[in-house]
Amino acid sequence: MVLSDPLIELNDIDFSYSSEAPVLRGVNFCLQDGARVALKGGNGAGKTTLFHLILGLITPSAGSIAVMGRRCSREEDFVHARRHVGLVFQDPDDQLFCPTVVEDVAFGPLNMGLRSAEALERAEDTLDALGIYHLRDRVPYRLSGGEKRLVSVATVLAMKPDVLLLDEPTAGLDQSVADRLIQVIRSYPCKGLLLISHDPGISSALTNRAFILKNHNIEEDSGSPE
Amino acid sequence: MTCEAFASGSSFLHKADPRVKVLCAFFYSLVVACLTIMPAQLASLLISLLLLASARMPLAIVVKRIALINIFVMALWLVIPFSTPGRVLFHAGPLEASVQGIYTSLAITLKCNAIVMANMALLSTSSMFLLAHSLAHLRVPSKLVQLFFFTWRYLHVLEDEHRRMMQAIKIRGFIPRTDILTYRTYAYLVGLLFVRAYERGDRVYKAMLCRGFNGTFWLLHHFHLHGRDVAFGLGMGGIIMALAGIEWSYLIR
Repeated sequence: MVLSDPLIELNDIDFSYSSEAPVLRGVNFCLQDGARVALKGGNGAGKTTLFHLILGLITPSAGSIAVMGRRCSREEDFVHARRHVGLVFQDPDDQLFCPTVVEDVAFGPLNMGLRSAEALERAEDTLDALGIYHLRDRVPYRLSGGEKRLVSVATVLAMKPDVLLLDEPTAGLDQSVADRLIQVIRSYPCKGLLLISHDPGISSALTNRAFILKNHNIEEDSGSPE
Repeated sequence: MTCEAFASGSSFLHKADPRVKVLCAFFYSLVVACLTIMPAQLASLLISLLLLASARMPLAIVVKRIALINIFVMALWLVIPFSTPGRVLFHAGPLEASVQGIYTSLAITLKCNAIVMANMALLSTSSMFLLAHSLAHLRVPSKLVQLFFFTWRYLHVLEDEHRRMMQAIKIRGFIPRTDILTYRTYAYLVGLLFVRAYERGDRVYKAMLCRGFNGTFWLLHHFHLHGRDVAFGLGMGGIIMALAGIEWSYLIR
């Protein structure tokens, strides 16, 4: 059997926000088809940075990135990557900007080239699947924290990405909303998943492997919970 | 938000198609701004008052807003009558007030109030979101519409950041005084507000890129032009032409 291309591949990535403090140095990482990986590491270890590198939101100073088997170096490559890899941001307020919930959810599908009616239908189906159809016409910034989080997840799932990158998806949520979110993500048929979370509950519910970022590099975590 | 105080209501103007209202407001303001003769200016003020009355907005806020505009207009009354050359009407110490100056001030007052009232009646009876959408439908360049929309959308974020920072300095016992600590604190506050606004904008932009944003402002809602909208647009068009007609008939005399 021929091994398929990895979903995400990082080779010898260097990155720093300023010259005196490198964040990542010589990072190699590979997300295989079917992998569900938790990404651990202390505050400032570079977990969010790694997500932003994968989607070309920031540029590494050295190394190469490949997403869905396609080497990503120019913006067009990352435009392709972003269609397949969905990132849920740490703060939902960064993600929601439209005047109504349904428009925010339809925004991604419209950018993918769906016609208005299809995008609207896709958005409504996604809201329905997440059990938040009643928020359809609400104004995103006036929602509660939990509702905002669910909507921000909906905006990403509506694009039907193959890979999900979740950055602290349950931070600040109460147990019942967190459980619902876990349910939603478990039932979403993605090929791969990368999760940043300090909550061992969601990590064990969604992932089966763990990597840890420390000393500017990444390594497989032997297993002791955080 | 305070800037949408009049957006909800049930008057005829609230229900009218925002595209028609935007067009009417634009052409009406344009014509009124160009009026030079007093009868036409008085007529425009009357029309604006009628529009304002038909919008049935909360009177207290309306009066407050118009009063605010007229504070600026009053400032003109302190300068223009005394700085415009012409037949002297009266003396105020060493200053001479001219008839022409008073006419000019009066014209500015009438036109300014007429334009402000008409725009309040026509534009603030729609939400910012509907106005942005109607501008997009009217083929205003997408970049301008996005600037307008995002400015409004993120004003409240700034307001929120500001409130949070004020709370943070208050719980540590800050009381504004006239001293260097107060000034420095306010300077930090403003500086941080800029930094945070910039970073927030950056993060929002990245999140939009992740969803494939390429500069398109998508329109999902479509307006429907009703018979009453056409009638209103034609009526306003007639009024605007009549105003221009009064002006024109005077000028060619």
